[in-house]
Amino acid sequence: MSAAIGPAETGRRKRRSVWELALLTVAMFGFGFAMVPLYNALCELTGLNGRDKGMQIVASVQEQPDLSREVTVQFLTVVNGGREWLFKPAVSEMKVHPGQLYTVSFTAENQLDQDVVGQAVPAVTPGKAAKHLKKTECFCFNQQPFKAREAKNMPVRFMLDPELPADVHTVTLSYTFFDVTELAQRSAKPNG
Amino acid sequence: MAHAHAHEGHDHDHHGPDKGIMRWIKTTNHKDLGTLYLCFAFIMFFIGGLMSLVIRAELFQPGLQFVDPEFFNSMTTMHALVMIFGGVMPAFTGLANWMVPMMIGAGDLALPRVNNWGFWILPFGFAMLLSTLFMPGGAPAGGWTMYPPLVLQTGNAFPMLIFAVHLLGISSITGAINVVVTILNMRAPGMTLLKMPLFVWTWLITAYLLIATMPVLAGAVTMLLTDKYFGTSFFTASGGGDPVLFQHIFWFFGHPEVYILILPAFGIVSTIIPTFARKPLFGYASMVYATASIGFLSFIVWAHHMFTVGMPLAAELFFMFSTMLIAVPTGVKVFNWVATMWRGSMTFETPMLFALGFVFLFTLGGFSGLMLAVTPVDFQYHDTYFVVAHFHYVLVPGAVFSIIAAIYYWIPKWTGRMYNEKLGKLHFWLSAIFINLTFFPQHFLGLAGMQRRVPDYNVMFTDFNVVSSIGAFAFFISQFIFIGNMLSCMFGKRDGKVPERVWEGAHGLEWTVASPAPYHTFEDPPLVGDNGEPVAAGQTAKAH
Repeated sequence: MSAAIGPAETGRRKRRSVWELALLTVAMFGFGFAMVPLYNALCELTGLNGRDKGMQIVASVQEQPDLSREVTVQFLTVVNGGREWLFKPAVSEMKVHPGQLYTVSFTAENQLDQDVVGQAVPAVTPGKAAKHLKKTECFCFNQQPFKAREAKNMPVRFMLDPELPADVHTVTLSYTFFDVTELAQRSAKPNG
Repeated sequence: MAHAHAHEGHDHDHHGPDKGIMRWIKTTNHKDLGTLYLCFAFIMFFIGGLMSLVIRAELFQPGLQFVDPEFFNSMTTMHALVMIFGGVMPAFTGLANWMVPMMIGAGDLALPRVNNWGFWILPFGFAMLLSTLFMPGGAPAGGWTMYPPLVLQTGNAFPMLIFAVHLLGISSITGAINVVVTILNMRAPGMTLLKMPLFVWTWLITAYLLIATMPVLAGAVTMLLTDKYFGTSFFTASGGGDPVLFQHIFWFFGHPEVYILILPAFGIVSTIIPTFARKPLFGYASMVYATASIGFLSFIVWAHHMFTVGMPLAAELFFMFSTMLIAVPTGVKVFNWVATMWRGSMTFETPMLFALGFVFLFTLGGFSGLMLAVTPVDFQYHDTYFVVAHFHYVLVPGAVFSIIAAIYYWIPKWTGRMYNEKLGKLHFWLSAIFINLTFFPQHFLGLAGMQRRVPDYNVMFTDFNVVSSIGAFAFFISQFIFIGNMLSCMFGKRDGKVPERVWEGAHGLEWTVASPAPYHTFEDPPLVGDNGEPVAAGQTAKAH
């Protein structure tokens, strides 16, 4: 600020600064929310956290078994928050050939005396294997309603595509089971 | 506008502040508000300090003694929130209120009413936050970082926590906008940007960090609120969200936040050391550039708080190296402080002692920070007392020592009374000894594997915990010397006159006005010369 500037001009500049900074504040508030889609996009791009397109349903896959290669697929189940649930895979691991479809079945049992809606959330380790795990059928695509004490057999049909990086010898597919009864009731309402 | 402004200034010359309590409630004077901010921060430091004593009492012995684990976790959570948002940040804002206008030759801050509003939000915000201590379900206990899904299990305290954070955020943003607008538009003629005192520079950059990051925190806690009450799934895995996302958003705010807590301290120390070394600050320009680079780097290192959440190797490496890079500008600063003292005519008054304590102990805290930056070893140190020792070293003998130093340094200017030097020195030595007694053993505890945020521990950790608890209680008690010394400065008998230039080696506009500083200073901006002081004493730009 030089001596030549009068108070009126100073006032104008102050108001301008205030507006600029207020705008920056609002923009940064928006940026906080923009980080949500940005993060999801980044996760899909990099396979970070085992989350990407591979976690979604694949309508049809071309089977081209690569019999020369064998990969171990391990299955993990976790019940969130120590709920009264039984949740486990039929086999804890299996050897698969990339390019071939396999089916593994999971058992879930609601041990409560009330109806519950469950949702399994998958994760794949290592992260770089995530987009090569294709699923044509999975209970994790939908919320699963359980009556009191009901037990269900739930199949997963999956394939590792042949592009799976050569240094991956073991892929872990983990499911965490959440009680989403409240969430399901909310979304049952229109636009909920 | 021009005429009205001139009139206002004229009127103010004739009446001082209002009388009674309404003076403080309605005040728009930057000095009054600075005092309010500092007193408020002091009360919060006291409350937060009591909480830390509950923690240290419980940790005096292994096993559960005084409080149940849930309440213990409330104490760690609330201690952090109160100390960060109620203690350190308002104390720095108070110092900015008092000193920034006086240092750049402005009559007041640019937005005095906003300033009043920004301050008076704080007591309400903290009334909300502290009221949760008396609620069914207790105060928030999930840690000050508010990670979901844990924080979503908070009971009635949850919405109070969120809205309190919103209020504190609004308060700091208004304060920051005020500081930026003032510094950019109201500097006295001749006070060019690169002539500004470093305290003003560091606050300018701090204010930008605040404006850029507090809204992000507000967004993050808003998402927590809608996740809990309105069925959204930003961070709820069962609804397709990701709890790790919260950590990214939180630390995008949280890492610049730690520089918000330390940059003004750099400014204070860069002001005090030249005064008592009786030499100009070594490498002024490099100090400015170092501060700016720290401000920039603070935005690209956030995930070093999350090395153990399962990031890809490339990300771990990026955040490790970018974090280590911060040591370069910080090293420049420490080097400059030491070089300023080199062959200076040093004396060791209380502010200088605290500033030197800062340089030494903050650097120690910086070194443990470098250790934590190394990803592979961070897996070992994560969530242990080593982390607790690290951030307390940079925050207590770092930020808090600088605040104490600043108050000793400027209080003769504020009140026109000199503090008691003997008591000041006693206060410094007790503080310096006991703060090390408190936190130094925690390095060893952390390296040996003691976790943070747990009220019980393995019996093998007992000895160091006993030492640490004794240190904490003694440090707390030592601060009563400070309170006594400050109260006598504020209300004591005025014996002898304090000169305008309280310290013979002090330079800057604030030392050209009377002590105590009149209620209104620099109503007519001075003309600032090359040395950062008025061209001729009492000469204003208008007269020129």
